[in-house]
Amino acid sequence: MVEFRMPSLGPDMEAGTLVEWLVKPGDWVKRGDIVAVVETQKGAIEIEIYQSGQIEQILIDLDSKVPVGTPLARIRTELEAKPGAAAAAPPPITPAAPPPVPSLVRAPVRPPPPPIAAAPGAAGRARASPAARRLAEAHGIDLSTVTGSGPAGAITYADVERHLGEAVAPPERKRALWLDLDAMRTAIAAAMARSKREIPHYYLEHQVDVTACEQWLTQKNATRPPDSRLLIGALAIKAAGLGARRFPAFNGFFRDNKFEPAQAVHVGVAIAIRGGGLAAPALHDADQLSLDELMSRMRDLVQRTRSGRIRSSEISDPTITVSSLGERGVEALYGIIYPPQVAIVGIGKVVTRPWVVDGAIGPRSIVTLTLSADHRVSDGHAGALFLAEIGRLLQEPGKL
Amino acid sequence: MSDIDIRTAVQEELNNIAPEIDLATVDPAADLREALDIDSMDFLNFITAIHHRLSVDVPELDYPKLITLDGVVKYLEAKLKSSTS
Repeated sequence: MVEFRMPSLGPDMEAGTLVEWLVKPGDWVKRGDIVAVVETQKGAIEIEIYQSGQIEQILIDLDSKVPVGTPLARIRTELEAKPGAAAAAPPPITPAAPPPVPSLVRAPVRPPPPPIAAAPGAAGRARASPAARRLAEAHGIDLSTVTGSGPAGAITYADVERHLGEAVAPPERKRALWLDLDAMRTAIAAAMARSKREIPHYYLEHQVDVTACEQWLTQKNATRPPDSRLLIGALAIKAAGLGARRFPAFNGFFRDNKFEPAQAVHVGVAIAIRGGGLAAPALHDADQLSLDELMSRMRDLVQRTRSGRIRSSEISDPTITVSSLGERGVEALYGIIYPPQVAIVGIGKVVTRPWVVDGAIGPRSIVTLTLSADHRVSDGHAGALFLAEIGRLLQEPGKL
Repeated sequence: MSDIDIRTAVQEELNNIAPEIDLATVDPAADLREALDIDSMDFLNFITAIHHRLSVDVPELDYPKLITLDGVVKYLEAKLKSSTS
C-alpha cells in the first residue's frame, strides 16, 4: 500500500484546493493518469498519479484545501499480490524522470478494470474533468450521454470533443476566460520577486544568423499542410534542449543550498495567456523529440495552457526555461529565472540585418539569444559556451 | 459558398483565437496581428482551422495576402471560386 501525496506544483505553492476526483476506490490507475483536479493560483491543474495500481481509499474530501505533501489517496500497487507484502516507500514528490522507459510497475497479468458505469456517480452527476464539463456546457451536451475514457469511465475533454464530432457549429457566445488572472499574477509576482532576491543572475547575449533555419523551414513547409508545418520556435527549443544536455550546469534545480543536475531535459516553454497571464509548462524530453513531435506537442501544450488544462507534471518538471516574445516584439529579452531552475534562455524577434558572410556584406536573418543564469551554479565562461552551442546547432536545422 | 458565409467562418475562427475581442470593432483593413494581438502560433492555428473548415490550404508564400480581415476574405473567395470553376 502506498500513499499518493499532493504534489508540489511550483516553488511558491503551499496548498491547493481539491475540486474534483476522477477516480473512486476500486478503480485501476496507471502512472500518468489524471486522477484529480486541484485549484491553485495558476488555475486548475490536472493531477497525474505517480503510482500504478488500484485505488484503495480516497483520503481527502472535495473542496478541501490540501497542503503539498498531504496524502490524497491510498493505492494498492500491482506488486502487492497479497496482504502483508512489504509496502513500497512513497516515491519522491518530484521524481528525477529518466528518458522514456516502460512503466516501472507492470504486472504480467492485469485484472480487467471494473465495468465502466455509464450512469452518473454517487453525487448524481457524471464524473468529468472541469474542462470537459465546460466544453459540454458550451455545446449543450448532456454528460451522461458521453462515454468516458479516463480512469474508471471519467469523462475527459477529449471524450467530449469526440462526441461533438465535426458537425457542431461553434457556440455564439465568447468562451469565458475562467482562469483567475489576478491570482495567477500574484503567483507570478511571488515567484519572480523570490527569484530576484535569492538568485544571483548573470546575463549573456549572442546574435545568431538563422537564415539557414528560415530557408530550411520554407522548403519543408512548402509541401506540408498547415497541420504539420513547423515554426522556428520549435527549432529553437530543440536546439536549447540539446545544448542543455551538453551543458548540465544549466539544466536542473538549486535546492537546499546545492545544485541538483536533472537527468532529463524538460524545457519549460513560456506561454503568454490572453488577458495577461503567463505560464511555462514543461515539454518533456525536448532534447529527444523529433522536430515534428516537438512541434505537435508544443501546439497542444500552448492550446491547453491557454484554455486552462495544464497537468501537474508539466508544472513541476521544467529543468530549464525558454522564452520567446514573438515576431512583433523586441530584439532581445532578458528573462528572470523560475526557481528552482538555474537558467532561462531568451529569444528575440528575427530581424533582417546587413551581415558579413564569406567576406561580403548581405542581408541575413539575425536573432538575439540571451541567457540569464544562476551564478551560484555556473560562470560566464560556461554560459558563453552553452549559448554559442545553441547558435551553432541552429546553423544545421536539418540535423535537429 | 457565399461571401457572407466566408466572412462569417473567418470571424468565427478568429473569435476562437481571440475570444475577448469584438470583431465588429476591428477595422477590416487593419493588420490582424496588431488588432487581435496574435502570434505566429495563433496564425498557424487560424490557417489550420481554415483548412479544416473551408478545405483551402494556404501556402506560406501566400501568408502576406492574409494580413487584414478584408485580405483574408478576398483571398479565400478567390480560392473557393477557382476550385469550383
